[in-house]
Amino acid sequence: MSRPIRRIAFVLGILLVALLVNVTVIQVVLAGDYRDRPGNQRVLLEEYDRERGPILVGSNPAARSKETGDTLKFLRVYSDGPLYAPVTGFYSLVYGATGLERTENRILTGSSSLFVVDRAEQLFAGRQPVGGAVTTTINARAQKAAFDGLRGKKGAVVAIEPSTGRILASVQSPSFDPNILSSHDPATIREYYTTLEADPGKPLLNRPIVSLNPPGSTFKIVTAAAALASGRFTPDTVIPGPRTYDLPDSTKKIRNWNGQSCGPGDLVTLRQALAVSCNTAFAWLGNQLGADALRTQADLMGFDQNFEIPLRAATSRFPENPDDPQTAMSAIGQFDVRATALQMAMVGAAVANSGKTMNPYLVQEVRGPDLAILQTTTPSMYEQAMTSINAAQLTEMLVNVVENGTGSNARIPGIRVAGKTGTAQTGNDNPAVAWFVAFAPAQSAQVAVAVVVEDAGAAEVSGNQLAAPIARAVIEAVLR
Amino acid sequence: MPNPDATVGLPRDGVVSIPVEVMAPVGTKVRKQPSRRNLELVLLIFAWAVGVLGTLQIGWANGVEPNSQLWITAGVVGALALVMHAVVRWKARYADPFLLPVATLLTILGLVMIYRLDVAATERAVLNESPAPTPDVYSQLTWFTVAVILFVSVLFLLRDHRILQRYTYTFGFAGLVLLVLPLAPIIGTTVNGATLWVRLGGFSFQPAELAKILLTIFFAGYLVEKRDSLALVRTKFLGIGFPRLKDLGPIIVAWLVSLGVLIFQRDLGTSLLFFGLFVSMLYIATQRRSWLILGGLMFIIGAVLAYFAFGHVRLRVTVWLDPWTYANDDGYQIVQSLFGLANGGILGAGLGQGFPNLVPFANTDFIVAALGEELGVTGLIAMLLLYAILIERGLRAAVSVRDSFGQLLAAGLSITLALQVFVIIGGVTRLIPLTGLTTPFLSYGGSSLIANWIIIALLLRISDRARRPEVTMPSPDEAVTQVVRRV
Repeated sequence: MSRPIRRIAFVLGILLVALLVNVTVIQVVLAGDYRDRPGNQRVLLEEYDRERGPILVGSNPAARSKETGDTLKFLRVYSDGPLYAPVTGFYSLVYGATGLERTENRILTGSSSLFVVDRAEQLFAGRQPVGGAVTTTINARAQKAAFDGLRGKKGAVVAIEPSTGRILASVQSPSFDPNILSSHDPATIREYYTTLEADPGKPLLNRPIVSLNPPGSTFKIVTAAAALASGRFTPDTVIPGPRTYDLPDSTKKIRNWNGQSCGPGDLVTLRQALAVSCNTAFAWLGNQLGADALRTQADLMGFDQNFEIPLRAATSRFPENPDDPQTAMSAIGQFDVRATALQMAMVGAAVANSGKTMNPYLVQEVRGPDLAILQTTTPSMYEQAMTSINAAQLTEMLVNVVENGTGSNARIPGIRVAGKTGTAQTGNDNPAVAWFVAFAPAQSAQVAVAVVVEDAGAAEVSGNQLAAPIARAVIEAVLR
Repeated sequence: MPNPDATVGLPRDGVVSIPVEVMAPVGTKVRKQPSRRNLELVLLIFAWAVGVLGTLQIGWANGVEPNSQLWITAGVVGALALVMHAVVRWKARYADPFLLPVATLLTILGLVMIYRLDVAATERAVLNESPAPTPDVYSQLTWFTVAVILFVSVLFLLRDHRILQRYTYTFGFAGLVLLVLPLAPIIGTTVNGATLWVRLGGFSFQPAELAKILLTIFFAGYLVEKRDSLALVRTKFLGIGFPRLKDLGPIIVAWLVSLGVLIFQRDLGTSLLFFGLFVSMLYIATQRRSWLILGGLMFIIGAVLAYFAFGHVRLRVTVWLDPWTYANDDGYQIVQSLFGLANGGILGAGLGQGFPNLVPFANTDFIVAALGEELGVTGLIAMLLLYAILIERGLRAAVSVRDSFGQLLAAGLSITLALQVFVIIGGVTRLIPLTGLTTPFLSYGGSSLIANWIIIALLLRISDRARRPEVTMPSPDEAVTQVVRRV
C-alpha cells in the first residue's frame, strides 16, 4: 500500500505548496496593498500605539502625546494650539498631518535612521519604538508677542535671528486649534475642518510662509540695496523725487502716497527718499538700475527660490520680463512682485547680518527618546547678498526711517531700530496690505521681523499704524 | 548516521507480491536499530526553550515583568514534555523521534500565542476599566495536562495498535454516536451557528474531534476487511475500471453522513474532513483511482447541492470571492485576518507587538492569523513546515509498518491532520472558503488538543512497531486479513 500512500503524500505536498505560496503572496506581495486599504485600523493603531515624541519650544512641549484610556493609546495634545499651529501643524486621524508633525514624522515616531541604536535595542527587548523630540527655533516670548499683536487682524509675522537664520516666530491670524483636529473623534474632526475650510480668513493656510502678497514699499529695501550695489549711488546721492513720476512709454503716472514732492526742488537724497518712502524716486531708481539688477538683488535675498524650513515655503517672486513701466512698479514692490512674510524677514535679516542671507530653519535640534541630542542644525549661508559696507550704509538708512521717517511707531527708547513701512494694493478693489520689516539693535541685530496685515485700508500710514507696533512688540520680546 | 528506516522500510517501488511479515526473517535479529530517543530529548528541550523565550518577549514588549506564575507554567510544560518523553522511552522505545518534539513545539507555540492574546485582552480591559477577563492560557494548560494523561494512557494501555482492529465496528458505532451527539436535546449546543458542541455539567466539548479518531480506526479496520471486494473491477469506462454498484454502499453512506453533518450541524469543515478522509483511505486500501474519481464527483455534487440549498454555504463562498465588500459584516473576520497577515509582512510585527486581538476568535479558528501577524511569513512558513514534518513522519510510519491495518490507520491519522491543517489555514488565508475547524495543537480548546495528542500517541505506537528491530509473531487477527497482494 505504500504506492498510494506516496501518491497521497505527493498530493498533500501540493496542498502544502499552495498554502506556502498563498501566505507569501499575502504577506509579501499584497501586504502593501492590504495596508493601504480603507478600514485597516492597524496602520493607524500602530502609529497611535507608540508614544509620539514632543515638539518643543525651548524646553516646553508645544505638542506632546498623552496616554488615554482609549483604543488609540495616545492623544496628541497642543498646549497653546492656535499660537503654535503654523509651526506644529496638526496630527489628524482623518486628514493626516501637517506642519512639523508631517515633516518630522519619522523623528517623532522614532522610525528615523537617527535612532538605529535605539531601534536595535527595542528590537531585542521587543519594545515599541518611542519617538524622538524635535526642538524648534521658536522663541516663546516673540511668538506670543506676535500672536497678541495680530489678534483680531488678518495677517502673519515671521521673526528671524539674522546671524543664523533661526526662525524665532512664525505666527498667523486667524489660526486654528490643532487639538480638535487631532482628537480621536472623526465626527468632531470633520465638522471642525469643514468650518475652517469655509472660513474666509483661511485659518488652515500657513500664512507666514505660504501667503504671497505684494511687498509694497518694504521692497524699497531691495531696490536701495541694488542701488548701492551698482556703485552709482550712495545714501547721499541726490535723485529726482517729484510729485509724480511719468512711467516710460506710458501715459500712467506714479504718485507719492501723500501727493507731495519728496524734497525741495523735487530733489531728494537716497537716504531721505527711503525715509519718506518716496515712490517717484524709487520708481525712477528702478528704471535707472533695470529689472535685471533688481531681480539679481532680490534673488540674492531669497526671491525665486524654494525654501524648506523644513516646512515648504511658497516661492516669492520678482517678475520675469517686466517692461520699463512694470520695472518701475516692481521697484516699489507693486506689479507682480510677491513675497511671503518669511521672505521679507529674510530681506531684513540679510541687511542686518552684514549682507549675508542665511538659510531659514525651524528645527534647532533632534533629541532621542532619552533626550540626548542626536542632531543639531548648523546655520548655513544662502548667499552674500550685499557687501558689508553697503549693508552698514543701508542699515543706517533704515534706522533713519524709524527715527526720522515713516516708521515712527517702531521706535524703542534706548535701542536703535532699523525698519521700513509698506502698503500695497493687491488689486483694484482689494483692501491694501500693510507691511513692516524691521531689525534691532541696528548694529548687532538679534532679530529681524516682518509683519504683514491684510485688509488694512489704503493709507501708506497703515504700515506704520498697524504693522510697526507688532514688529516693535516682537523686537522687545526678543531683546528683553 | 545511516537512515534508520532503511533497514526495515519497504522497497521503494513497493512491488512485492508477498505479505510483508514474510520479508523479515523470523526469529533472527535485524541490525541494531538506534532508538534516537536522545535526539528527541534535545529537540524537546529546544521546543521548551522557544516557548520560554517567546513568553519572555511578550512580557518585555508589554511591560509585564516575568513573574512566578510564568516560571511555574514553564515548569509544568517542561515537566509534561519530560513525562511524555519518559513514557515514550519506556513504552515505545523505537518510535519516531520527531513526532513528539514537533507536536510539543506546536502546542507550546499555541500556548504562547494564547498567552499573548490574554495579555492583549487584559490590556483592553484595563483601558475600558472593565473587569479583567479570565486568562485562557491556564485552561489550555489544563487541557494539555489532560491530553498528556490520555497520551500516556494510550501508550500504556495499547501495547500493540493491532488490538484496535478487533473493535472496528465498536469504534465505528461510537464514532457515529459522537458525531450526532451535538444534535441530541439538552446537551447539544449551538455556538456561532454551528451545532458541534456538547455541554455536560460545567464542561463542553466538540465530540467531532474525538469522532475523527474513532472513525479513522473504523475506516482502517473496515477497509482492511473489505478492500478486496472494493478493489474488484467490473465496468471499464474511459479506460478506468469502476467498482461494482453493490460495492458503492460504503462511500454513499460516508457521503450521506458528511452531508448530514453539513445540513444538521452546519459544520462545513468537519463534513469536508470526513469525506476527504474516507475517500483517501479507500484509495489507499484499494489502490483504485476510480474511487478517487467517484469521490471527487460526489464531492462536487455535494458541494453544488450545498451551495444552492443552504444560505450559510453560499455566504461563505460569496465572502471568499469578495471579502472586501463585506468587510464590515460577514467578511469582517477574514478581512481582519488578511490585514493582520499583511501587517506581519516578512519578519512579523514581533511577538507582543502586533494587533492580533483585532481578529475575532483569534485564539481558536484564527490563531494562524495571529501568529502570521506577529511572526511574519517567516514564522508561518516555519510553522507549516512543522506540520509538514509531522505529517511526513506519520506517513513514513504508515509506509514502514508491516501490517495493513497499521498502514491504513497511520496514513488515515496523518491525512486527518493534513486535511484539517489545509482546510483551516487555507480558510484563514483565503485560499479556500472559510470553514470552522480548529488548528491542530495551536488552537485554544480542549477537545481538539486532546484528540490531536491521541493521534500522536497512536502514530508513535505504530512507528514504534514499524521501527522495532526484533521481529514479533504476527497477531492472530492479522492472519485473517492478510492476503497475498501488491503492497
